[in-house]
Amino acid sequence: MLPKLFFGYYATAITVLSLLVVTRKNPVHSVMWMLLMFFHIAGMYLFLNAEFIAAIQVIVYAGAILVLFLFVVLLLNLREELETRRFIGSWPAGFAISSAILVSILGALGSYVQGPSGKYTLGFLKEETPTKVLGKVLYTEYLFPFEIASLILLIAIIGAIVLAKRKLRS
Amino acid sequence: MVPLNWYLALSAVVFMIGVFGFLTRRNIIIMFLSLELMLNGVNISLVAFSHYLQDMRGQILVFFIITVAAAEAAIGLALILALFRNKAAVHVDEMTEMKG
Repeated sequence: MLPKLFFGYYATAITVLSLLVVTRKNPVHSVMWMLLMFFHIAGMYLFLNAEFIAAIQVIVYAGAILVLFLFVVLLLNLREELETRRFIGSWPAGFAISSAILVSILGALGSYVQGPSGKYTLGFLKEETPTKVLGKVLYTEYLFPFEIASLILLIAIIGAIVLAKRKLRS
Repeated sequence: MVPLNWYLALSAVVFMIGVFGFLTRRNIIIMFLSLELMLNGVNISLVAFSHYLQDMRGQILVFFIITVAAAEAAIGLALILALFRNKAAVHVDEMTEMKG
């Protein structure tokens, strides 16, 4: 009973907070609600025994990405943005498309059959600690994708510098 | 024990709200936030699968998705800054140069 109550609270909070994110007029308010939502998602990851993912959710998403968003929102002058309309005129079309996606996913959920379980049972994880197991899998089986991820981050750094720097007047 | 389907339904709802925000808002910053919302919806379902199928691969995938999301946010916000410097607008309806 208690896990279901816990899940109910987190699911309600995440849904309401993400609705607040997409409906606020002021982008600063949106970013703040997003911050709260990321913390709730991190709590839900802890509930699913994913402690490392919960930690990087807080550090990378809430700590790095949202602070970057906040910096950009505060750098831009958005005074006149607050006077314009919140949604586009044809928002019912967007609502219909997104509800169609939701209905098709929810309809497909009933026919889901769970596949065979892996070897990382709860007892195994308790003995080895989940972060250690994750690190072992990441650095052995997924070493090559990990290197590619570092390349992606390098490209992101170079791209961000090139895009954001002012043109030199020669 | 919470059934797996509840997590998948929650992830579908978060994804749907992200799609709705992306399609109906025209402020480019909120459109980027909606993209992050969609990525988070997918992450919830991956972590839930990882827990219920007792496999670590879901969490590895979430790790890579967060990496790509960080790269995407950095590039996207640099693009927004460059656009704002040229047009002084964050409303995507005012950017029509590439209409062909």
